[in-house]
Amino acid sequence: MGLDIKIPIGLLFTIIGLLLTVYGIATHADSSLYVKSLNINVNIWSGIVMLVFGIVMLVFSKWKISEK
Amino acid sequence: MESTFALSWIDYAIMLIYFAFVIGIGWALKKYMKSATAFLEANRSMPAWVAGLAFISTNLGALEVMGMTGSGLKYGMLTTHFYWIGAIPAMIFLALFMMPFYYGSKARSVPEYLKLRYDEKTRGLNAILFAVMTVLASGISMYALAILTEKLLGWNFHLSLLISAAIVLGYTYLGGLSSAIYNEVLQFFIIVLGLMPIVFLSLKDLGGWTGLHEHLAPLVAAKGYAADTWTTTWRYTGSAGTNPMGVQWYGIFFGLGFVLSFGYWCTNFLIVQRAMSAESKLAARNTPLIGAIPKMFIPFLIIVPGIAALVLMNMPGKGFVLPVNAQGQPIYDYTIIMLLKQYLPAGALGLGITALLASFMSGMAGNVSAFNTVWTYDIYQSYIRPVTGDKAADERHYLNVGRIATVFGVIVSIAAAYLASMFGNIMDFLQTIFSMINAPLFAVIFLGMFWKRTTGHAAFMGLLLGFLVALAHHGLTAPVGADTLVKGGWLGVVLHTYPVEMAQNFWTAIYAWVVATGVTVGLSLVTKRKKSDDELRGLVYSLTPREKDEETVWYKRPATLAVVVAVIAITLTILFW
Repeated sequence: MGLDIKIPIGLLFTIIGLLLTVYGIATHADSSLYVKSLNINVNIWSGIVMLVFGIVMLVFSKWKISEK
Repeated sequence: MESTFALSWIDYAIMLIYFAFVIGIGWALKKYMKSATAFLEANRSMPAWVAGLAFISTNLGALEVMGMTGSGLKYGMLTTHFYWIGAIPAMIFLALFMMPFYYGSKARSVPEYLKLRYDEKTRGLNAILFAVMTVLASGISMYALAILTEKLLGWNFHLSLLISAAIVLGYTYLGGLSSAIYNEVLQFFIIVLGLMPIVFLSLKDLGGWTGLHEHLAPLVAAKGYAADTWTTTWRYTGSAGTNPMGVQWYGIFFGLGFVLSFGYWCTNFLIVQRAMSAESKLAARNTPLIGAIPKMFIPFLIIVPGIAALVLMNMPGKGFVLPVNAQGQPIYDYTIIMLLKQYLPAGALGLGITALLASFMSGMAGNVSAFNTVWTYDIYQSYIRPVTGDKAADERHYLNVGRIATVFGVIVSIAAAYLASMFGNIMDFLQTIFSMINAPLFAVIFLGMFWKRTTGHAAFMGLLLGFLVALAHHGLTAPVGADTLVKGGWLGVVLHTYPVEMAQNFWTAIYAWVVATGVTVGLSLVTKRKKSDDELRGLVYSLTPREKDEETVWYKRPATLAVVVAVIAITLTILFW
């Protein structure tokens, strides 16, 4: 298929990753929110992991385009 | 008991973004859908890694995730038998020995392979049973999604059913099989990333793996099992009474590891279709092996949190309670969602819920995209309107038929979902019945591929009698405490009682396979094969030239990958023996 799947995957995870990271930072002071998650700010952590994954996917998809 | 949880705007935002992408992928693929081949077979253009992830993702539907976490709670690490012994050997076998024939024969579906290898009636029988089974499965998963969102998120049942059906219809109608496959890959990543936090948090909460072990010991002892039963796999399978699954090692080995797993992974078109969409024969052979690598680690994502949930349930201070059904029994299938609620704050929670919803929908899309292919090629093209010879016109015609079949499949699924909401037991029963086609199907395909003498008449009778024996076995036996006919014993007499339902399933499959094999071998010896050796080239092992991989880089060779997969699976088995 003509569409490289790394592009939508990369975009999706970059956007959700960014959203979660920002939300995590904004709510960081709200300790009641993170009591559930054993006082770990899972939003920041999940967000960063997703962001990195999304960017890696995008980078690889870009390389492919420039080679062609 | 308060079991409904409120989601915040961030959770809905994540959900909306995800589903916008899902539809967007369908939209972006729409312009490539110019022929039936593109729509129903993805033009055989998928890279091996995409096909490989879709291959396991199709199986990683929400019902699987929820069921396996629930099984983790009920049976502990014994549940990994569904993965390490119950999937990996079959996936390796499919890759090395069967894919060359499925892909090389140019068959577009598993029923079509039966037509090429045997005859029309064998294909017809399989195609019709398969079509009914996929639509039922899709309807049941749609129903499960709607009931879950109603119970736990407080959404309207009808609305969530129709919206999920509309999303699935939207992207499969637009982008066909490619769209289903792309979304399965997307779903794979979101489910891994979305559930990872609960694995980490639940283990951290209970003091890691060793802490979990210590917490489990008294609970397990109270149930009358050895203290480490929940954290080991084969150790207590010497007899059925010493493990909660109620199965001995040979029942697991032959029932699950051989008959059920080979029947499912090697002959279920829903799964095999993903490998058939690969861009080359080499990619198709590598597809199951690439899928096998993440597959082996999925137990840590979905079974381990289930085990943690057993401990949490018994620690009143944690406030972890499973919802109960009308009979007051805990609903084990909701374990995963209650864990999400237990540990995740707004944001990460939305991600987890989105992951579950996504896997429900990709499960439906998988079924619909397998259904429309079998309907178009194996039913419509064979019995209603055969090819005319004008290739371009045919491609256009069957593309439209495929699209209509997609709409039809979704509508029938919705109907099935409503039937399930009214007659839940009957639908479960039908699904159990139709899943019985896999074991005899494996017998028939296996013999066809590896024994050139197998005849069409024999295969047809093997398939039919194997299926009937499975029905009879299910109708004449029952698990202990079965309260409805759905679980078995519906023929009026219960000849044997199994300690648990799973043991009954194993033995149903084993009997079906033995009878199908026996009948097919026996009749093949007394009937004459109608197809010549020439016609069977590419379909039967002994009549087909071996695959040569000398020119492939060593790390892309199926043999190399198979060794890697086998070594990891054996290592994991030994570590958790």
